[in-house]
Amino acid sequence: MSESVHPGRAMARVIAVTSGKGGVGKTFVSANLAAALARAGQRVLVLDADLGLANLDVVLNLCARVTLHDVFGGRAELADALQPAPCGFTVLLAGSGLLEYSRMTPVLHDRLVEVVDAVRPDFDIVLLDTGAGISDVVLFTLSLADELLVVVTPEPTSLTDAYAAIKLLATTQAARPVRLLVNQAQQRGQGLVVRAQLQQVLDRFVNPPLDQPLQLALLGEVPYDAAVRESIQQRLLLLETFPGSPAAVGIAAAAGKLLPP
Amino acid sequence: MLRFDAALALLRQSGQAEPSAARGSVAYLQALIDQLVDLSSRDVLTGLANRRSFELALAREVDRVARSAEPALLLMIDIDHFKRINDSHGHAAGDLVISAVAKALSDSVRPMDLAARIGGEEFALLLPNCPTAFGPQVASRVRQRVARQAVTLPSEGRRLSVTVSVGGAFAPQWVRSTPGIWLQRADQQLYRAKAEGRDRCCLEQPAAGSVSRQEREMLLGGPVIQDLR
Repeated sequence: MSESVHPGRAMARVIAVTSGKGGVGKTFVSANLAAALARAGQRVLVLDADLGLANLDVVLNLCARVTLHDVFGGRAELADALQPAPCGFTVLLAGSGLLEYSRMTPVLHDRLVEVVDAVRPDFDIVLLDTGAGISDVVLFTLSLADELLVVVTPEPTSLTDAYAAIKLLATTQAARPVRLLVNQAQQRGQGLVVRAQLQQVLDRFVNPPLDQPLQLALLGEVPYDAAVRESIQQRLLLLETFPGSPAAVGIAAAAGKLLPP
Repeated sequence: MLRFDAALALLRQSGQAEPSAARGSVAYLQALIDQLVDLSSRDVLTGLANRRSFELALAREVDRVARSAEPALLLMIDIDHFKRINDSHGHAAGDLVISAVAKALSDSVRPMDLAARIGGEEFALLLPNCPTAFGPQVASRVRQRVARQAVTLPSEGRRLSVTVSVGGAFAPQWVRSTPGIWLQRADQQLYRAKAEGRDRCCLEQPAAGSVSRQEREMLLGGPVIQDLR
């Protein structure tokens, strides 16, 4: 990929947010990270790539007039589906319950590639909020990204599913930066421990035969915080409702580390 | 003033006739280009595709599979103990063995498949549209075909049999990937076949996303994680 000489016209970095296990706060992280990045002056788009069970609209309390579904079906232009979200970022909502897109087809492949390529010139960062699991659709969406962000909680099931997803990516997809965000951390420093734990198993079981060993980077940890639940109940961004809460501070710090130097 | 001498000499040396169209005509030039392209994509010794054209085909196949999810198999094949053959029977015998293996390989696949020589004693077979369930069968057919074909060494008047190790992996379906990753996965299986004693086929198991008991124990064995259980 060539770097543009004009920073304003550079292509967006496409960052896929994934988790393996569902319910670890992937969409919460995507939305709040986008808000923090937008505040830092980045042009950010969150694309709801959880095509089967999209819920970015629920998290942000938005009602989509035009969805990705309409764009895929040729009923609307892509530009009409881009919609402003609170805190100054943009969203592209999928429209919930698109069962016809829960399995990969050549048409879905081409549409998603077209959409991602089409939004690149207009943003600095595009976050692909993927679905849970490692279905064909999720793995394909991840393959479209330049960088990967794995959201994990310090629970055994979340760790195991995250490890399975990272392992599959390392062995079947192109090498890219993989960052870890540890959500619902129970104690300070747990992010470092979780990263080290995952890295240790990767080094033992996954990395040896690879040309480029996978090195996980810790993007940050978001402490367990009652304010998160509160903001989700209110269907508002945590960064708006409780900007000084420990979790909001954690998200903002993570966003800072995602910014270009 | 166009100069054809070097190109014509190359083609003549490789056994191709000069194009029949009038010298300098478009048809003549096109035929000449076609012959040169063909020449530059073949391995001199065996006539199989060479590494360059194999890599082109592999990249095309990765892109095709990415959007069709048609299963495609890549087999990497290496002649067992080839150095020993070269050392004890000479390089001419080595060349005969390589040619014989090349013939066995191209005879054991469909016309749509690509057989290539990608290194000294290393070959690759690219099989588009090969159902996953057929993988093991295809790989062992290739291996057996080579084993059955003995090479007669004219200098020594005796026959020599060789075996091959075969490693294979299917292309990643539905994802944007690179030929390098596919090659690396098939190569890993070839190393496994060598390590397990040669003269055998190893195919990558499809469940690459599964987590073994050892992995899980190591992953969840850390102090902080244990506290939470």
